[in-house]
Parts: sequence; C-alpha cells; structure tokens
Amino acid sequence: MATKPKLGVFKFASCDGCQLSLLSAEDELLGIADQIEIAYFLEATSRTVPGPYHISLIEGSITTPHDAERIQSIRRESKYLVTIGACATAGGIQALRNWADCDEFVRGVYATPDYISALKTSTAIADHVKVDFELRGCPINKYQLIEVIQSLAAERRPTTPTHSVCLECKRRGTVCVTVARNEPCLGPVTQAGCNAICPTFNRGCFGCYGPQAQPNLVALTTSMQESGMSERQVIHSLRSFNGYAPEFREESDRIETMRTDEP
Amino acid sequence: MTERKIEVKALTRVEGEGGLYVRMRDNRVDDIRLTIYEPPRLFEKLLEGRQLEDTPDIVARICGICPVAYQMSSVHALEMALGITSTPEVRQLRRLLYCGEWIESHALHVYLLNIPDFLGYDSGLEMAADYPDEVNRGLRMKKHGNALLEVLGGRAIHPVNVAVGGFYRAPARMELRKLIPDLEWCIEAAAETVRWVSTFDFPDFTQDYQFVSVSHPDEYPMNEGAVVTSNNESIPVTDFEDEFEERHVEHSTALQSVRKKTGETYFLGPMARVNLNLDRLSPMARKLADEVGVDWPCGNPYKNIIARSLEIVHAFEEAVSIIRDYKTFSPSRAEYTYQAGEGCSATEAPRGLLYHRYIVDDEGRIKHAVIIPPTSQNQAQIESDLRNWVPRVIDQDDATVARSCEDLVRTYDPCISCSTHFLKLELDRG
Repeated sequence: MATKPKLGVFKFASCDGCQLSLLSAEDELLGIADQIEIAYFLEATSRTVPGPYHISLIEGSITTPHDAERIQSIRRESKYLVTIGACATAGGIQALRNWADCDEFVRGVYATPDYISALKTSTAIADHVKVDFELRGCPINKYQLIEVIQSLAAERRPTTPTHSVCLECKRRGTVCVTVARNEPCLGPVTQAGCNAICPTFNRGCFGCYGPQAQPNLVALTTSMQESGMSERQVIHSLRSFNGYAPEFREESDRIETMRTDEP
Repeated sequence: MTERKIEVKALTRVEGEGGLYVRMRDNRVDDIRLTIYEPPRLFEKLLEGRQLEDTPDIVARICGICPVAYQMSSVHALEMALGITSTPEVRQLRRLLYCGEWIESHALHVYLLNIPDFLGYDSGLEMAADYPDEVNRGLRMKKHGNALLEVLGGRAIHPVNVAVGGFYRAPARMELRKLIPDLEWCIEAAAETVRWVSTFDFPDFTQDYQFVSVSHPDEYPMNEGAVVTSNNESIPVTDFEDEFEERHVEHSTALQSVRKKTGETYFLGPMARVNLNLDRLSPMARKLADEVGVDWPCGNPYKNIIARSLEIVHAFEEAVSIIRDYKTFSPSRAEYTYQAGEGCSATEAPRGLLYHRYIVDDEGRIKHAVIIPPTSQNQAQIESDLRNWVPRVIDQDDATVARSCEDLVRTYDPCISCSTHFLKLELDRG
C-alpha cells in the first residue's frame, strides 16, 4: 500500500477556531485520519513527524519576527500550503493594529512592554510566502476544509464558491434583511461559504468570509450611507475580521480620506 | 554544581502555543516556567472606539474553543454599563448556549486531549484504534453540544446570535425540542464517562489550593453570581480588581494573576466549581459525584477530569430541562439608549472564571476594556504545581520528566489562545 499523504497543521496569531474545525468534523474525523497521516497537529496529538508535508494547513497571521521566519521554513517543507481562515488569509481582527500605533497598543495591554516582541503589523501568510490555496472564513466551514484536504490528497484542485453571500440567501429562501428591514448587510460583497447564517438570525452579514470575486464596494458603501450609516460606521463595518483584505482595505481607506465626521 | 535543563518547546494537546522550562541545580528545582509565546493580539486596545454592539462578535475571536464565554462576559458587562437587566427568558437561553459550549469544550478535552495521558496514548485519534466505542461516544457528545450551539447560535465556532440586550432571534420551540432525544442519550453517555474516568490511576498529588469560582445561591455557576473562594470569601464582581491582580512576567505574553493582598496563587475551572458548588449540580451529576469515590472538596489536579465529566452530565441535564420549559419569546432583546457608564461581569468559561470590564461613552463607543481570561489566572498556579511535582520525578530521565510535567499542565485544560500567548516547558538541570 502506498504511504498516506502527510498533513501538517500550523498555528500563528489566531484563536484556534479554524484548526478546531477539523476536530469538529466529528463524523468524518476518524475517516480522514485513515486516509491521511496527521503528521503535525500539536492541538490534537503529541506525536509529531518531521516534514516534508503533502498538505500544510496554516492558521493565523504573521505578527512577530520569529513567525515571519517560521513560515518560510514551513513553506520549504510543504508541497501544498493552504491558509485556513481570515487571520491567515487577510491578517485577521488583529490587523486592526495596522491602522494604529502598535507600540501604543502594546503599552495599553502590558505593564512591561519591553517583554513583548511584536511586529507593528499583522499580515496575511501570502504577504510572506507563496500560498497554494486560500480557504476563507472566520471561522472556516468544516465541509470546505474536508473538501480541500481530500482534493489535495488526491492531487485535485479544490473548488469553493467565489460568489457572494446573497446567492446563499436566495437559495435558502431567506428574506433580504436590507430590503425588508433596512439592516446594513455586507452580503452583496462577501464571499459565500457560511451558508448565509446571519440573515436567518435577523441580522446583516458582517463579512466573515472576506471579499467575493470582483465586489462592487463603492455601490454598497454609498447605499449604506444613503440609508443613514455614518462614515465611521461604514468604515468599522469593513474593518473587522477581513478588514485588511485588499478590497475591503482600499474601500475603508477611500472613505477615510473623504470623511467629514469626527474620526 | 551540576545544572540540568528540561525543555518542552511546544506543549501538545492544549489550545494555543506554549512551552515548559525547568532548570535544576544540584538536583533541586531552581527555576520553572510555563512559557506562553503565543503572539499577542491586543484585543483590549483594538476594541477602543468601536461601537459597543461589535464587542460580542470581536471578543469571540479571542478563542475559537470558548467564544460563547467571551460573548457572555462581554454582554453582561455592557448591559451593566447601559443599565439593562436581562429578562428571565434571555437568562435561560444564555444558560442553554453556555451548556452547549461547556459540552463541546469539555468533551474535546476529556476524550481527545486528556484521556490519552491516563491510558498512554499520544492522541485521541490513536486511542480510537483500541477504544473505538469510547472515542466515538466522546465525539458524539461533542457533536450534540455543537448541534445545540448551531441551533441557538447559527454555528458552533463564533456563534452569531448573541446581542447586547439578548439575542438577535429567539429560536422557535420546535427547533430546540427536536434536540431532546439526542441530548437524553448524551446524559447517559456522560454518566458512563464519569464512571469510566473515575477508575483511572491518579497520581497521589494533593495540594492545598485556594479555589475560586462564581457562585449563585440557586444554580450551578455560569452567568451570574458573586466570586467565592475556598477561604469562605464572597466578593462582589465589582470588587474583582481590588482582590485579584494581573502581573506581567518576562517569560509570558499572558499576564499572570494572583490574590492582590497576599500574592497567593489560586485555582479556577471545573474542580473549583464542583468543590464550591457541589450541592447545585444537576440531580444525576450530584448523585454521581457521591458514587465516584472522591472526597469533595478535592485537591488533586489530576481529578479535574472527574469534575469536568460531572459538568458534562450537568450541562446535558440542564440543557434538556431548559428546552422542556422553553417557549419562544419576543422581543428577543432589550432596547436601550446610550449612556456613559462602566460595567463588569464574571462568568464561568469552561476553563474557569472570565472577567470583563468596559467603560462606554454616551454615543455607545468603547472607551476602555479589561479582559482577564481563566488560563492566565491559572498560570501561576500551574507553575506552583510543577515546582512541587518535579522533585517527585527528578530521578527519571529528561523525556519522562518532561512528559509527566506536560500531563500535569494538561489537567488544567489551559487555553493559551485565550491568555493571548503560548506555553513552553524546558527543564534546566545542568
């Protein structure tokens, strides 16, 4: 029997939720462990097998000098390097520091800031190394994760949708929260994948899966402002878990330069 | 003088990144550190200036294992600042959501992270080859905990339904009731878990701990109550920062907590809760607590797994009971007007007491945030345990010492992502 492809799971600055998604695939977990060798996954097992790895799943963003080096060595050990989640793919919520004075942030949290070694920015993995596939979400969808692992194990390109959340609402038959209730919603510019959960809970999408392919952001933010949101509110709605994804970042920066309200 | 160092660069089967470092001189423990090198994410600062409604969704991202805990402590603290009192319906639904999180988090820890230590495996997955029924039982309980979170919160990790004032939507009665058959199966599965784990071999390592938990006169602690200690103190949550203090040490990106006036370490989590609230466990959990041969209050950290398993029983029983009485309600959340103010809250995350405090302005913006997670509070206690443990195993080889130290650390279910950083055990006996 051929040897099983090796899987590594590596964590950077993150909440652990995306790697937990693999352990949350309760019905599939033991089956996956039969098909692939879980060679490096510190949260799940004390047994570690050295690389190279067929698939490396990367959770978290780069926020320290040490991690900026560590991702380079993981890249060298990996055939397919896959980012899982908003932190690894776009810098995560911690990328809000990229708009602020990071030293002041550190001083605000820690009494002795000299002990803290942190970069001034939180950046996506793709800013540092070549990424073979980006899996979106905050958190990721465990079924998409299984699709990615099984595809790459079989040398197939994974497929995940790149259309917007709006399509998922239509498919579920959810009434549009913006049309019916004037709720602000990032659904028209956010990539599908969560199955449009928020509108089924009477709230607008807040962008966990980041920008869809070719989003029309100006149209959306203009309409948000016309329905009464302040510039500050619109900027904040774009600057969350995927705020540093290029499309969201450019649009929030564009509004920032034009804003007339108080920062 | 001979020096010996033992180092675990990356702790495994814990959430987040940390290590362990032990240095011995002339066969005496000279230095022990639980090093947390998880990179800092600076949540308290990045909340400043945000609209308070964003808070539960943002703080959830501190921890993918216990997002509900962060949502709960934040909404309670913000509601205090806004002068909102939650309705009995919201209160019950929040307890139900918390039950779901305790179940998924505890089942994960018991079956996939902790039991392998008692049975001599590197992981729950490896253990599944020899204990398929048991591992599947654990996964099935975890799945039904997650199912509860999905119905109530939309998804298990970072649920979307928690709002300041209540919920964005109260579920329909039938959505919840259809979970009952599985949850009832789980009560029995959880009871089996308690019986099983209580037969394990536990190291004889009883310490004189100060236990701390939230406590409520009528219910097992989750969302509400005073902070009580095994020294018979009852401290209002508003006095928390006068009694407990976080200190910053060089080897850790987490801040470590001690009692402010005495500098003593303290112990949080399932065993603290069971010890301090034994008579408020659900009926089956209470009965099992008597049957398993533990003399409560228990001071052996390895028996945390028994307390954690008792809490799984409790959470399933309470979940069924809440769902049976549940009727949907409207409005699902309280209305409020912005006012400048300050509020704090302590709720019981799976790993122990989680404290939040916020100052908000009259436009509903966060001016200041303080978040004190359970693992950073337990960190000093874990180091103190290691200091007492290592002399007992000092004659063993380095790998055995390191592994046994890791086992001890894991009994606490440390969540390093929460404490904002990672552990590192190195044993230094050169």
